Amino acid sequence: MDGRTDVRKMIQDNISHKANRVDAVMPKFLLVMASMSVLTTVGIVLTLFFDAFKFFRQVPLSEVFSTDLAPLSADPSFGILPLINGTIFTSLIAMMVAVPIGLAAAVYLSQFASFNKRKVLKPMLELLAGVPTIVYGFFAYSFVTPLLMRLIPSLGSKNVISPGIVMGIMIIPMVASLSEDAMNAVPDAMREGALGLGSTRFEVAVKVVLPAAISGIVASFVLAISRAIGETMIVTIASGSNKNFSFDITQSMQTMTSYIVEFTSGDAGAGTTGYYSLYAVGLILFVFTLLMNLLAQYISKKYREVY
Amino acid sequence: MRQDTNNLPDVVYDVRGLNLWYGETHALKDVNLQILKNHVTAIIGPSGCGKSTFIKTLNRMIENVPGVRTSGEILYHGRDIFDKDLRVEELRTKVGMVFQKPNPFPKSIYENVLYGPKIHGIKNKQLLMEILETSLKASALWDEVKDRLDDNAYGLSGGQQQRLCIARCLAVQPDIILMDEPTSALDPIATSRIEELINRLKKDYTIAIVTHSMQQAARISDRTAYFLLGELVEYDYTERIFSNPRDQRTEDYITGRFG
Repeated sequence: MDGRTDVRKMIQDNISHKANRVDAVMPKFLLVMASMSVLTTVGIVLTLFFDAFKFFRQVPLSEVFSTDLAPLSADPSFGILPLINGTIFTSLIAMMVAVPIGLAAAVYLSQFASFNKRKVLKPMLELLAGVPTIVYGFFAYSFVTPLLMRLIPSLGSKNVISPGIVMGIMIIPMVASLSEDAMNAVPDAMREGALGLGSTRFEVAVKVVLPAAISGIVASFVLAISRAIGETMIVTIASGSNKNFSFDITQSMQTMTSYIVEFTSGDAGAGTTGYYSLYAVGLILFVFTLLMNLLAQYISKKYREVY
Repeated sequence: MRQDTNNLPDVVYDVRGLNLWYGETHALKDVNLQILKNHVTAIIGPSGCGKSTFIKTLNRMIENVPGVRTSGEILYHGRDIFDKDLRVEELRTKVGMVFQKPNPFPKSIYENVLYGPKIHGIKNKQLLMEILETSLKASALWDEVKDRLDDNAYGLSGGQQQRLCIARCLAVQPDIILMDEPTSALDPIATSRIEELINRLKKDYTIAIVTHSMQQAARISDRTAYFLLGELVEYDYTERIFSNPRDQRTEDYITGRFG
């Protein structure tokens, strides 16, 4: 028997018997799967909007944007500014730690490290991202705060500096890893061009590679800051729940996220103003991250070096 | 460091017994060759013969490839470029390089040309403008871009980009320009413009050019080196290489029997 004809016949038989059902159903199934996260997002946003709306109907805007936050007192007031203040300060400190260290690590890894060093260092750095945030919170409270107290004797046991720094450490891998990817995506030809003109490796990194990768780098900053704004556990543990409006970073401040933790684990009964305030805070958090993303898109478009 | 006083004034590069390995692969085998001042030296040979490797060794760009080892000497104006005390940045400032594919920076035309002068500490605005104009005129690009110096270099055509890269290289006033198949990514018209340019630059510069086109070598060069499997087979006046080669392998290559 001629083996070749045989195989051809078998293939043709199989192909004509092959059910088309899988091919018809599979794309639809995949679409449902893909829609899942989109639908969830829409659901979350709608819930936030509706319940936040109830809050804004009960509390005048002038009170919402005040510095007076006392949700559990007999005459409760719901000024959000202390929470925004706490969030901004912790995130700012985190970025002050994460941006320089993360960027320096990225420049080192992408421009200077040998292949072998990079192979060891990058996974180790990314390991930092795998530490649970509760561990970071504990680390901030029981290690960093006591350490800082030696430098700043007036430091409160709950304060803003320590969780800020630890949050910064937590997001270093994000900045470093994403910035490094952006810098690695810059074509080697460009590096060679700069080296060929007698640039040092550092000049190549700073004057050619960094500007060419800036949009990816800025994107990594924004993802990092969004992460910092949304981070909960570290600030809940180490920054406490002081609702006074102040700029003293050596003392406790509550962030938006830790306010939500305090209330959901506490005694806000469903339907009370305090309960709805959670949604309002959630909505404002959401708006914050949204604005961050828009800002990032604007910045990266404006400074993008097209190649 | 050895000095060879006999022919020092005219010799830019004196390559002596150069060997190069990529890991275990012996890519250049005992290459001896002199590159002469104000000459165009063409380096030809089939793919993988080591011609690009050779030219990238001249400004030590080859060191960016992991696992490269060399032995032998390359004297640049009498000084060994592998000398520990030699700063590679200084060498590369004097030895310009133009690459196979145009590789402008994703910056304006202005910033591209003045990148070199700026990193080497030239700050005077007026002087920078002079450098900009001279370099772009020398690379025959000035008329096409003088009204859009702030535009991104990536808006230029491939041929214009390559001339911009040549201008960028001229802006640091090198003494020799190494060109690694500078026209291989360009169309015939852009190619002929680059060739004209090379002919004009010869007055003021020394040029070493790698090319896979024998016709190009014949058109523009004074001397031609033929590489095969990492060996320098023959190096002579271009006319002689193309009319009366001494080595059978060269003849096979230039007559098109092989390669």
